[in-house]
Amino acid sequence: MITAPALRLAGDILAQFRHLPDDQAVDTVANHIRMFWDPRMRAQLLELATSAGADCDPLVSRVVTSLGD
Amino acid sequence: MTLYADHDLGTPAPAQDAPPLTLEIDGVSVTVPQGTSVMRAAALAGIDVPKLCATDSLDAFGSCRLCLVEVEGGRGTPASCTTPCADGMKVNTRTDKVDKLRQSVMELYLSDHPTDCQTCSPTGGCELQDLATTVGLPDMRYGLEGINHLNLPVDDSNPYFTFDPTSCISCSRCVRACGEIQGTFALTIEGRGFDSKVSASAGETFLESECVSCGACVAACPTSALQENSVIELGLPTRTVKTTCAYCGVGCSFNAELQGDELIRMVPDKTGGANEGHACVKGRFAYGYASHEDRQLNPMIRERITDDWQVVDWDTAINYVAQKMKTIQTEHGVGAIGGITSSRTTNEEVYVVQKMVRAAFGNNNVDTCARVCHSPTGYGLKQTFGESAGTQDFRSVAKADAIVVIGANPTDGHPVFASRMKRRLREGAQLVVIDPRRIDLVRSPHIEAAYHLPLAPGTNVAMVNALAHVVVTEGLVDRAFVDARCEDFDGWAEFISSPEHSPEVAQEVTGVPAEDIRAAARLYATAENGAIYYGLGVTEHSQGSTMVMGMANLAMATGNIGREGVGVNPLRGQNNVQGSCDMGSFPHELPGYRHVSDDAVREVFEKLWGTRITPTPGLRIPNMFDSALDGSFRGLYVQGEDIAQSDPNTSHVYASLKSLDLLVVQDLFLNETAQLAHVFLPGTSFLEKDGTFTNAERRINRVRPVMAPATGKHEWQIPCDIAQAMGYDMSYDDPSQIMDEIATLTPTFKGVSFARLDALGSVQWPCNDEAPEGTPTMHVEDFTRGKGRFMVTTFVPTTERATRKFPLILTTGRILSQYNVGAQTRRTPNVMWHAEDILEIHASDAEMRGIHDGDEVTITSRTGETVLRAVISDRMPPGVVYTTFHYPLSGANVVTTDNSDWATNCPEYKVTAVQVTVGTGLHDTDVELAARAAR
Repeated sequence: MITAPALRLAGDILAQFRHLPDDQAVDTVANHIRMFWDPRMRAQLLELATSAGADCDPLVSRVVTSLGD
Repeated sequence: MTLYADHDLGTPAPAQDAPPLTLEIDGVSVTVPQGTSVMRAAALAGIDVPKLCATDSLDAFGSCRLCLVEVEGGRGTPASCTTPCADGMKVNTRTDKVDKLRQSVMELYLSDHPTDCQTCSPTGGCELQDLATTVGLPDMRYGLEGINHLNLPVDDSNPYFTFDPTSCISCSRCVRACGEIQGTFALTIEGRGFDSKVSASAGETFLESECVSCGACVAACPTSALQENSVIELGLPTRTVKTTCAYCGVGCSFNAELQGDELIRMVPDKTGGANEGHACVKGRFAYGYASHEDRQLNPMIRERITDDWQVVDWDTAINYVAQKMKTIQTEHGVGAIGGITSSRTTNEEVYVVQKMVRAAFGNNNVDTCARVCHSPTGYGLKQTFGESAGTQDFRSVAKADAIVVIGANPTDGHPVFASRMKRRLREGAQLVVIDPRRIDLVRSPHIEAAYHLPLAPGTNVAMVNALAHVVVTEGLVDRAFVDARCEDFDGWAEFISSPEHSPEVAQEVTGVPAEDIRAAARLYATAENGAIYYGLGVTEHSQGSTMVMGMANLAMATGNIGREGVGVNPLRGQNNVQGSCDMGSFPHELPGYRHVSDDAVREVFEKLWGTRITPTPGLRIPNMFDSALDGSFRGLYVQGEDIAQSDPNTSHVYASLKSLDLLVVQDLFLNETAQLAHVFLPGTSFLEKDGTFTNAERRINRVRPVMAPATGKHEWQIPCDIAQAMGYDMSYDDPSQIMDEIATLTPTFKGVSFARLDALGSVQWPCNDEAPEGTPTMHVEDFTRGKGRFMVTTFVPTTERATRKFPLILTTGRILSQYNVGAQTRRTPNVMWHAEDILEIHASDAEMRGIHDGDEVTITSRTGETVLRAVISDRMPPGVVYTTFHYPLSGANVVTTDNSDWATNCPEYKVTAVQVTVGTGLHDTDVELAARAAR
């Protein structure tokens, strides 16, 4: 699966900020992705998170929503 | 002896802050710091006292008896090198008595020395010969008859230099250089009296001995006893050019000494800020690759990678690249192409590549090989300190009292810096080594680490958190520093104080006894000056960036930032890793580490470049590979990097590169990546380059051409020509104009120019109006970001873990004689020391698998398998195996995974779960690798 890294990496980033309150963690991860990810990586993340549906980590889903792509 | 020797003052300088004293030498009044030798004071006054065993890079020894002087009111004729100056002292260096004594001494030397001065290789460069003339020899009362040393066998085992004991005068300069400068102590004076002779290790040849071929002994030798083979074969050089080494991140300064365009030898520059006259086997000797027969000098193109290469002229190649890139963009979008810069090229060469990508390609798809090494350093230090760079200069280590080396092997990877560090350790600084493998620094001549913490690979963050836990919970925090200089401490302190970060808990994760972790933390925190040095064993992990921030936390908490002797110091792998990052090689940053989303910054660049810059980040290297496979990325320009060999999960990389419509490789050789390329553009060696390198201490050094480009084109011109052919106006008359543009656009480089570098020798950025001569130590008053920021560093174990199927953890590293993917060093006689990559394995792991020393073994991971020869090594802890990655056939990266650092995508090279089995099988990857190697 070519696009798998985007979802895995989003989870990896989130893992670093789990100590934060959820809202703050979501903002931090979303901001990191905005700062460092190419738009097509963000598009892949959106696609994967959407297709994963309920299987997607809820906070990752919130990050995707927050990115607003 | 060098071609244009600096004025040798005979003995080292004393502490410059010592009180002054005044004496009189041959009637000349001279004022010097207390502790200065009479010999040095005389030299400073313009009076060179004859000497053979003395040189200002070594402590005084007092053995040659040529530097005798008379001191008024004193007794006898003391050696001026070992006699300290005293206030009011009156010294006479030329009296009948000392002249006669010197003649007698010289007569004795020459009575047991070859008489072939006219044909001896260093004619014109022999201190003994010169002194014989200076001292004058009215008589030669002793013939060559009787017992002498003139029939001793020559040792020509070393590929780079020869030891001819018949010319040796037993002055011990080589022995002392090996100990004092290099710190290896491989040489000794064997025997006593007349039987005294220089010996490598225990009477072995130089090649077989512990000698590391740094060449310090050769440089120190006052005769031809130790001589470069190139000088023996070709004679002495006739001209010299000061330039910078192209190997590791130490960035040593050299005088390239030549006859015409033929390089005779590389002599380390005593005034070089990074190396101060020292060098290693790579920098001093392994330059032969630059003229190796494999070197490609002509542009080549081919439609398909299965076609034969067609040699073409530069215009054809440039236009081919430009048209293909434009076609790809027309068909697949602006973002379908990109470029990769190299840390083996100059700042100017890197700058024009990222400018080509941003301005001519019209996107931010530019990345650099630092992605796979020190990108977490950039991220971690920026987050905590505000600047993506190490905090100190190399000299700083001389003031460190506790040195913590984490995930680095300086004696192999950064040998010239290691020599500085070893000198400080011999002076009494304490050492902590945090590394799974027992590297040489743990225990070597005159050095023993106070603590070696052999942690399990992948547990760095647990370790640094445990160290910080001790600092916080045992009251070792420097509250004054933290309160005045830092922010977010309280939240971090609460996090780190949690029992889950205690050494007792970390012991379960890291495998390191809690009491050792506690003791190491106390040692670092309570030292007057504690310094951290680290390498890829920190960064190349899934939590590489977290670990960098963890080390920064530790340094801030203990107040070990902002002065000499302290700091957080990355040991960069390649010579211009720092520079390539500084130059805007990352897809999210413009030169000077400024984000592409910053409107004000972009506007400055857009105004000067005359084009719009995309405000969103581009693709990183791993993203380029992924996007190549999904078809959205189809054209790649690779400058001086062998991504097919150096990047992890080789089969993934190969599949990605094969899917490209256009792969352009600019390199010296047809490397592994070039096997998959459509266009090959020949690059220039460091001997042909004109520009600058920036080393690991932010030191910008000039790289001066010692010969014209063998390819007919400077490497910085190539991206300019491609951009031009794509319709973007980009040209320079001279690389100094590129640096001027960099200085215009980059605040930390504002004061940098070729003229200033020529005047000062080098500068460490930031170099601007506030610091016109550069900044050796950063964050002295304030951090670059204002307050240093404590970051919470949660330990998140890697998903790559040992299992029943893959029960061992493979980690990787470098060896002294080879360099990275080996493209350069494999094409030199350095292969005599390391002809293949080997797998180091602990005896118990070997025994349970039936592996014997020297067996070929198969290493299998979840991504691939490869074959290496096994060496049973007590350096390895049980459960961990180790290899290097210098040979393509070894395929170390065939087995590494695509795990990466969460923040930067830096690959997790240092943790791969593997199984090792005795014997070899025929595997597709091996066949493919062997076939490529055979080609």
